[in-house]
Amino acid sequence: MTSPLPPALANPLRDPRDRRLPRVAGPCGMVIFGVTGDLARKKLMPAIYDLANRGLLPPGFALVGFARRDWADQDFMRVVHDSVKEHSRTDFREDVWANLAEGIRFVPGDFSDDDAFAKLRATIQELDDTRGTGGNHAFYLSVPPKFFPAVVRQLKEHGLAEGPGDAWRRVVIEKPFGHDLESAQELNRVVGEVFDSGSVFRIDHYLGKETVQNILALRFANELFEPIWNANYVDHVQITMAEDVGIGGRAGYYDGIGAARDVIQNHLLQLLALTAMEEPVSFDAAGVRIEKQKVLSAVRLPKDLAANTARGQYAAGWQGGVPVIGYLQEDGINASSTTETYAAVRLDIDTRRWAGVPFYLRTGKRLGRRVTEVAVVFKRAPHLPFEATATEELGQNALVIRVQPDEGLALRFGSKVPGTAMEVRDVTMDFAYGEAFTESSPEAYERLILDVLIGEAPLFPRHEEVEQSWRILDPVEDFWAAQGQPEQYPSGTWGPASAADMLARDGRTWRRP
Amino acid sequence: MIVDLTDTTAGAIAAALVQARHSAGVPAVGMVMTLVIVTDERDHYDALRAALDAAREHPSRILVTILRPGKMKERLDAEVRFLGDSGPGETVVMRMHGELADHAESVLVPLLLPDAPVVVWWPGHCPAVPAKDPVGALAQRRVTDAAATGDPVAELGRRSRGYHPGDTDLAWTRITQWRSLLAATLDQPFGPITGGSVSCEVGSPSAELLALWLETRLGTSIDRVVTDGPGITGVTLRSEAGDIAIARPDGRVAQLSRPGQPERQVALVQRETAETIAEEMRRLDPDDVYGEVVGKVTGVTEPTAVLPGQPDAASETSGAADAQ
Repeated sequence: MTSPLPPALANPLRDPRDRRLPRVAGPCGMVIFGVTGDLARKKLMPAIYDLANRGLLPPGFALVGFARRDWADQDFMRVVHDSVKEHSRTDFREDVWANLAEGIRFVPGDFSDDDAFAKLRATIQELDDTRGTGGNHAFYLSVPPKFFPAVVRQLKEHGLAEGPGDAWRRVVIEKPFGHDLESAQELNRVVGEVFDSGSVFRIDHYLGKETVQNILALRFANELFEPIWNANYVDHVQITMAEDVGIGGRAGYYDGIGAARDVIQNHLLQLLALTAMEEPVSFDAAGVRIEKQKVLSAVRLPKDLAANTARGQYAAGWQGGVPVIGYLQEDGINASSTTETYAAVRLDIDTRRWAGVPFYLRTGKRLGRRVTEVAVVFKRAPHLPFEATATEELGQNALVIRVQPDEGLALRFGSKVPGTAMEVRDVTMDFAYGEAFTESSPEAYERLILDVLIGEAPLFPRHEEVEQSWRILDPVEDFWAAQGQPEQYPSGTWGPASAADMLARDGRTWRRP
Repeated sequence: MIVDLTDTTAGAIAAALVQARHSAGVPAVGMVMTLVIVTDERDHYDALRAALDAAREHPSRILVTILRPGKMKERLDAEVRFLGDSGPGETVVMRMHGELADHAESVLVPLLLPDAPVVVWWPGHCPAVPAKDPVGALAQRRVTDAAATGDPVAELGRRSRGYHPGDTDLAWTRITQWRSLLAATLDQPFGPITGGSVSCEVGSPSAELLALWLETRLGTSIDRVVTDGPGITGVTLRSEAGDIAIARPDGRVAQLSRPGQPERQVALVQRETAETIAEEMRRLDPDDVYGEVVGKVTGVTEPTAVLPGQPDAASETSGAADAQ
């Protein structure tokens, strides 16, 4: 023990068997750009507090807000305090808050303001000195994508993109990652000029959800499912993300983007990748990413896009007992807008495992209820040794992974109806693991922020995946652009008639989630 | 709904549980484990309250077993609380009178959830060898609490002698946050640790386990320093570059200092029982690290130093504990 030890010596207090010890980030801080926005107030700052409360943030953690407000540190602290108190998941404890508050700073300024970035640099330096953040900082760009180039260039110009010595600098960006392949590549180029790809974290908060991570556990930790997870047994897969709300105040963002770019490109294709990918050789970031990329590269669009896609716009109607207006009547939306609020698309995967198994993806606003799920629908039994009347009500077996709300897993299978006659009917067995097994189900942002600070990337899509998904979606967008007005569907229903027709042509129907 | 069953049997309790589930129209059982609490009239209320809090994280069937041994005729009384009355899962509070108190396992066996893991928790007194106890033998995980007994450090010695894989003690669970903070501190490159100390109030089994853990992992001797508490008040690790010190004088907030870095504060709150029991239920495989550490307990621990300012009577015995 007395001989000098190499600096790379493993921490003697860490032991792989000692699994009580949580993963804790090393000394570091986070800078949030656009800190006055909804996301920062409702999700990021409460998540940071919750992490602190669970003892997962390093001692001396620092939080710097950057925004165009004439605030002092105290004003910002009040904002953080209020948003944490209102939105945090765990109890508000004064001790925890007091510790966190000591490391909170605010830098007022514009993204073009050199003085502000100079001040940011000085602030980070001061935090390294007083809080011991060691030069490690993550920059969270909670701003519209059009500002990304300006911010990353400023970070570079003011020497903020590289830390001193071994210290790390990471950048976190939120979707949308571009609006087509070309813009995604451009965005990647801009960010890539300043940060290497291992330091860029693209946040898709769906991927931080317990259930999404559980897809991998379900598939690869069990003997039960994997043997039937292929074209021999699976008839088709339906991936749905339905929202019951309209566009609300997001007209400026949403119009011209639409449901497919907003949801299918990232959330649904990521869910598809996790559902369809082969078993990774290991669960580290590289292993999972390779398999996701592989399966995305095998995704093929049908030739006849008219028959295999559907889109719609919500019209006025009644939703959950409330009369609501249609998309074209929303504030800030052009009455002749062709932006879709509902999108459905059939995709095929050209692999041995999935040949002939269509994946139907759909998303929409103002649908029947809010739900996100992956439904794997199995083939019918090849022979039913019952009288035809006994199995009239028997559908197809299905395994449904419910991502939100009420995260859980449902299995649908046939069971005899009690009584003297032989009659088989579908029943559902439902397991809600929103409650079971989770550390009171941490909010996805907590998990993702912690992963950024620790530097673990398996849950973050890399630019290759982003570009793959635009490659899949771009032809659909081009096709739709030439089709004029999307079909109207009444709010509160499950989408336009063309979506139902699209599945009917394949002899299938959408599940009612 | 709460149903009282007096002078009853395990079969009748099981029937009441099934009946309740059917009448509530809940076809599937989402509970992930059975938690058996073996306790007495004095402790059962607090224990059940903590368990119900923990059950929000781990929906469980909670079987509270209140032992009332004595001369009276054997009798089983039960109070069955259904889903939703008391949180997720089901709760049965049972009183086992007379000779039945020696045969609690016969009541519990029919009430365990099929296949699901079983955790037994003794909030107070526990058998000398939990794994050999008829109730303890039903469980994957046996949780004891040395701090709840009259002589905690001596009790830790008994835990050490009676240890079997699958045992844990809440005294160990209570120091997870300390251990986590210490491990995080050493994540940054640091020279070899040449010594250190753990300061605590007198008779803290958690502090003893923490010191033994540090000794095991760091291969150096750790002094025990007695303070006024509450609980563990500080840990110091010595190295050539200087001392890493964590001081928590108030049981809530700790100051972390290490050479060449500004002093930092970190919340290090003494945890509620519910949080510790929830942590126990999170991992059900044997805790090998605890096994290793508790194996080093001698049961006779004298402070190797006393409060600064008092006569330093114990310095010669420094390291005595390590010799064994």
